[in-house]
Amino acid sequence: MDTFIQQIINGLTLGAVYAMVALGYTMVYGIIQLINFAHGEVVMIGAMVAFSVIGALLGLDSGLPPALIVLLGAAAAIPVCMAVAYAMERVAYRPLRGAPRLAPLITAIGVSIILQQLGMMIWSRNPLAFPQILENRIFHLGGATVSTVQLAIWLVAVSMMGALTLMIHRTRLGIAMRATSQNPQVAGLMGIDVNRVIAATFIIGAALAAIAGVMVGTYYGIAHYTMGSLLGLKAFCAAVLGGIGNLPGAMLGGLILGVVEALGAGYIGDFTGNWFGSNYQDVFAFIVLILVLVFRPSGLLGERVGDRT
Amino acid sequence: MMKLDLSARLPWIGIVLVALALAVLPFALAGIGTTWVRITNLALLFALLALGLNIVVGFAGLLDLGYIAFYAVGAYVYALLASPQFGLHLPFWAIIPLGALVACIFGVLLGAPTLKLRGDYLAIVTLGFGEIIRIFLNNLSQPVNITNGPQGISRIDSFRLGDFDFGKSEMLFGLNFSGPIKYYYLLLLVLIVIIVVNMRLQHSRIGRAWEAIREDEVAARAMGIDTTRMKLLAFAMGASFGGIAGGIFSSMQGFISPESFVLVESIMVLAMVVLGGMGNIWGVILGALLLSFVPELLRHTIEPLQRSLFGRSIVEPEVVRMLLFGLALVLMMLYRPAGLLPSAVRRRELARKSVEP
Amino acid sequence: MISLREFKLGAVAVAVALGLAACSKEEPTPEPAKEAAKDAPPPAPQEIVVKIGHAAPLTGGIAHLGKDNENGARLAVDQANAKGITIGGKKVRFELVAEDDEEKPDKGPIVAQKFADAKVAGVVGHLNSGVTIPASAVYNQAGIPMVSGSATNPKLTEQGFKNVFRVVGRDDQQGPAIASYLVAEFKPKTVAVIDDATAYGEGLANEVEKSLKASGVNVLPRERGTKDTRDWKAILTKLRGRQPDAIFYGGMDATGGPLLKQGRELGIKAVFAFGDGACTEEMKKLAGEKQSEGLICSQAGIPVQAASKDFLESYKTKFNVDPILYSPFTFDATNLLIAAMQKADSVDPAQYLPALASIKHKGASGDIEFDERGDRKDAEMTIFTIKEGKLGPVAIVKAGTTTKFEDFMKAAEAAAAAAKAAMGKAGEAVSAGAAVAKEGAEKAVDAARSATSQALESAKDVAGKAAGEAKEVAGKVVEGAKDMVNK
Repeated sequence: MDTFIQQIINGLTLGAVYAMVALGYTMVYGIIQLINFAHGEVVMIGAMVAFSVIGALLGLDSGLPPALIVLLGAAAAIPVCMAVAYAMERVAYRPLRGAPRLAPLITAIGVSIILQQLGMMIWSRNPLAFPQILENRIFHLGGATVSTVQLAIWLVAVSMMGALTLMIHRTRLGIAMRATSQNPQVAGLMGIDVNRVIAATFIIGAALAAIAGVMVGTYYGIAHYTMGSLLGLKAFCAAVLGGIGNLPGAMLGGLILGVVEALGAGYIGDFTGNWFGSNYQDVFAFIVLILVLVFRPSGLLGERVGDRT
Repeated sequence: MMKLDLSARLPWIGIVLVALALAVLPFALAGIGTTWVRITNLALLFALLALGLNIVVGFAGLLDLGYIAFYAVGAYVYALLASPQFGLHLPFWAIIPLGALVACIFGVLLGAPTLKLRGDYLAIVTLGFGEIIRIFLNNLSQPVNITNGPQGISRIDSFRLGDFDFGKSEMLFGLNFSGPIKYYYLLLLVLIVIIVVNMRLQHSRIGRAWEAIREDEVAARAMGIDTTRMKLLAFAMGASFGGIAGGIFSSMQGFISPESFVLVESIMVLAMVVLGGMGNIWGVILGALLLSFVPELLRHTIEPLQRSLFGRSIVEPEVVRMLLFGLALVLMMLYRPAGLLPSAVRRRELARKSVEP
Repeated sequence: MISLREFKLGAVAVAVALGLAACSKEEPTPEPAKEAAKDAPPPAPQEIVVKIGHAAPLTGGIAHLGKDNENGARLAVDQANAKGITIGGKKVRFELVAEDDEEKPDKGPIVAQKFADAKVAGVVGHLNSGVTIPASAVYNQAGIPMVSGSATNPKLTEQGFKNVFRVVGRDDQQGPAIASYLVAEFKPKTVAVIDDATAYGEGLANEVEKSLKASGVNVLPRERGTKDTRDWKAILTKLRGRQPDAIFYGGMDATGGPLLKQGRELGIKAVFAFGDGACTEEMKKLAGEKQSEGLICSQAGIPVQAASKDFLESYKTKFNVDPILYSPFTFDATNLLIAAMQKADSVDPAQYLPALASIKHKGASGDIEFDERGDRKDAEMTIFTIKEGKLGPVAIVKAGTTTKFEDFMKAAEAAAAAAKAAMGKAGEAVSAGAAVAKEGAEKAVDAARSATSQALESAKDVAGKAAGEAKEVAGKVVEGAKDMVNK
C-alpha cells in the first residue's frame, strides 16, 4: 500500500509537469490547429537559461536565499522563452497561416531541430548538473515520502492553472482568444487583432513552458539539450488524452498520463510475470495516444474536435 | 534523309551518357578513396527510403513521422534470418521479399486503425508507432532473446549468389571490384527498378486516386474512390520499399542495432522528400543525394577551414548537418514549399493559398 | 519522353561525372611512379613513414574521453619518433592519423575504410564498443591489425577476427569484479540490477547479474530505463518495496546521477554500485554531495593514478593536462603495434601480425599479453568509492583475487624498485662482462702477434702451424668473451 501511494505521488509530480507543458500545446492547437512541435524545446531553453542564471548568481556569492535565486532564475527564463516563442511564431508559422496543413507542421519540426542544435551550441552536449540549492526536506506520510520540491511543483502548477483559467474567462485577452479559436474570420470582423491574439497565445504557452523547465531542472537535478523532445511528445499525448484545445482537459490528461506511467512502470512486471518490465515505460504514453485517437478522438473532456476529422 | 531528327535522338544520347557516367562513377570515386563509394552507397540507400516515403507523403499526402520503423523491420528480418543470431543463413533473394512483406504487414497494421485520422494526428500516431517499434526492438532480448536488444546483431551475411559474394572484393575484367563497388551496382539496380515502379504508379489509376485523396478527400470519396483502401495501399507500398532498403542496409553494414532507427532518421528522410519536392520522383532523389553529400563535403571543407582559421573546430560538422536539416524544412516551407524540383501538380496546389476553414 | 531541360541536366551530370572520372583516372597513374621511386635504391640513410590510425569520438558527449585516448596514442608515437626506430634496415618515422567516429555505429565502417584507403599499418581504437564492432569487420577485410584501448564489450573479440585485439578488460571481467567486491564487502542477500537499455549498460548488467547469481545472491527481475531517463522514481519505488541490500546500475553518469539522488530521496538505504560509465567525478554534482557518499563503482583496467610514473609525467608535460581515463591503454596499444613491427622487423601488417599476437610487453598499464582471442590476459579491474566527496580507488581485482589499492600500489612500487635494482645490477654485469671481453680480446691479439713474430723467426712450416693454432686460440678467446657479454 505504501508503494502504491508512493507511486501515485510520483505520478502526480510527473503529471503536474506534463500538464504545464500540455497547456502550451493545447492553447496553440485550440487557436490555430497547429501542433507546435518546438514547444518541448522551449521547455529546454527555459531550464537552460535558469541554469545559467542560477549558476552566475551562485558564482557572485551574493548571499541571497536559495529560494530567491531559483525564482530569479525562473524570472530570467520566462522572458527569454517568451521572446523565442514570439520569434518562432512570427518567422516560421505566421507566413504559413492558410497554407496546406502539412506545411506548418513541417516547419514546426524544423524549428524544433534548430532550437535543439542552438541549445547544444550554447550549453554544450554534456548533461549539466542543475545546482541543488533548495533544501530538499523529506516528509513521511506513513511509508511514503514527499519532498519539499514536489510540494513546490504541485503548488506552482495548481496556481498557474488557476491563473490561466481566470485569464481565459475573465480578461479581454482571454475572451479574444476564445473568440479567435471559435472562428478567426468572424473574430477579425469583430475588431479583434487576430495576429496579436495568436502571438499572445504562443507567449503565454512559452511562459508556462519556462516554468516547467525550471521545475524539471530542480526536480531531477539535471539539464540537457535533448530534455525537451520526449517531454514535449508526452505532454502532447497528455493534451490529446484530455481533449486537445481544452484547457482543463490538458491538466487532467497530464495528471492521468503521469500516474499511468508511474503505475505502469511500477506494476507491469508483476502483472505480466516479468515478460514486460519497466523498460516499456516510454511506450505507455504512445499507446494511450493511439487508443484515444482510435476510440475517442475528441479526448476525455473535448467535444469540439470530433467534427473536424 | 541526311537531316536526322536530332531532337528525337538527343534524349537517347543523354540517357546513354548518364548510364555510362553512373557505370564508371564508383571507379572514379574509388580513385579518390573507397570511403566515397561507401558514402555514395548510403546516399543511394537514403534515396530508396525517400522514394518509399514519397509514396506516402508525396503521392497520398499522409504525413508519416515513423517511417524509419519499416526500414528497421526490413533490416531486422534480414538480420535474424541471415546471421548467427538463430544460426539461420537463408539466401538474400528469399529474405528481401519476405522483409518487404513483413514491413508491408506492419504498414497495414499501423494504417488500418489510424487512417481515419486527419493529417497532423496521423503524424503524431506514426511517430509514436515508430518509437514503439524501436523500443520493442531494443527490449526483446528478455525474457526470450529475439533481437539481442541494444547489443544489436553482428556478423550478418552479405549478399551471396553462388560463389559471388557482395562482401568480398575480387578482380573482374581486370578491374578491382571491392565490396562497396558491388553494392553500388546492386543499389543502383534496385533504385532504377523502384524509380520505374514509382513512375508507373504515379500515372496509374492508383496514382491518380492518391492524388485525388491528397487534394480533397471528401471529393475523392464522392467520386467513388475507396479512400481507406487507397490510403492503406499507399502505406503498404511505402512500408515495403522501406523494408527492402532495410534488408540491403543490414547486409551492407553487417551489424545493426536499434540505435540506427531513431526518430531523427525518420525526420531526415522526411527532410529529403520535402527538400527535393514532395511528389516528384527526381526531386526526391535529388533531396536524398543533397542531404547525404553536402554534410560530407562540409566535413571535408569547414572542418579544416575552421582549424586553420581558429586553430580548433568551433561548429562541429554534425551540428551543421542537423542545422541544415532544420533549416531545409523551415526555409523550403516558407519560400519554396513545392521543393527544389516541384511536381507539376504540387506547384499548382501550393501556389494557390487555400484558406482553411 | 525526356524534355530538353532534363536532357541538359543529364548532359551536365555526365560532364561532371566524366570529369571526375578523368581526374581520378589521371591521379592513380603517377602513383606507381612514385612507388617505384620509393622502391628504387635511394641514397642511404633512408626514412619511411608509417601511418598509425587512431579513431575515437572527437565531437559529441564524450569528446573529452576521445581526445584523451588520442593523446595517449600521440604520446607513444612521438616517443617512438624521438627514439628513432629502424625497421627492416630503414629508419622509420611514425605518423598518427586521427579520425572522428562521432560514437556512431554507422560511421565506424566509414572511418575504417578511410584508414584502409590511407594504407595505415595499424589502428588504435575505437573508443565505443558499439562503433568498434562494425568497424572491426572492415579492418579484418583490409587485413589491418586493430588494438582498442577502451572497447569492453565481449563480442568484439568473439567474431573470430585474427587482427582484433584489446588491452582493456572485458565487461565479463569487470562485471564479476564489481560483483565479487560487492559480495565480499557488503554480503548482500538481495540485489536489484538496473540498466539503461544500451549495448554498454545491458552488457555490463548481464555480467554482474550472472556472477551475483553464481555466488548465491538473490537477484530481482531486471529493471530498465533508457539513456535519457531522468525519472527513476517509479522503478525505485517498486524496488523499495522489495528491500534489496544493494542496487547495481549499468549506465552513464547522466542517468546514474538522478538515479542515486532519487533513490536516497525515497529513503532507500541500499548500497549503490555503478559501472565505469558512471564512475566519474561528475557523480558528486549530478547526485549531490550527500547522496553520492559511499557509492561503489568500477573501472576496467588500473586507475589512471596507478599507471606508470613515466607515462603520467610525460603525458602531463606534453599536453599540460592530466590523463583522464583510457589514455594509458591507447598509449600501450600504440606501443604494442610499434613493438610488434620491431619484433617482426617489418611494417607490413601481414608480416607483423603474428608478432603482435604473441607479444609480451611491459606497458603503462602493466604487463600485457594476449590470449588466443586477442583479449588481454588477466586484465586488472579497479573498484572506486566516493568517500568524503572524493572519488578514489579502493581495490584492484585481478584474475578473481582482490587486492586493497594501497597494497597494490606498494607492490607496484616494490616491483618498480626491484626492477630498477635488477636493471642496475644487469648494467654492472654488462659492463663487467665487457671489461673481461676487452681484456680477453687484447690478450688474444697479443698472443696472435707474438705467435706471428715467433713464426716469422722459426721455420716456415712451423710458422704455418703456429699461426693456425694462434688463430684458433684467438677465436676461442673472442668467443668466450662474447659469451660472457651475452651472459
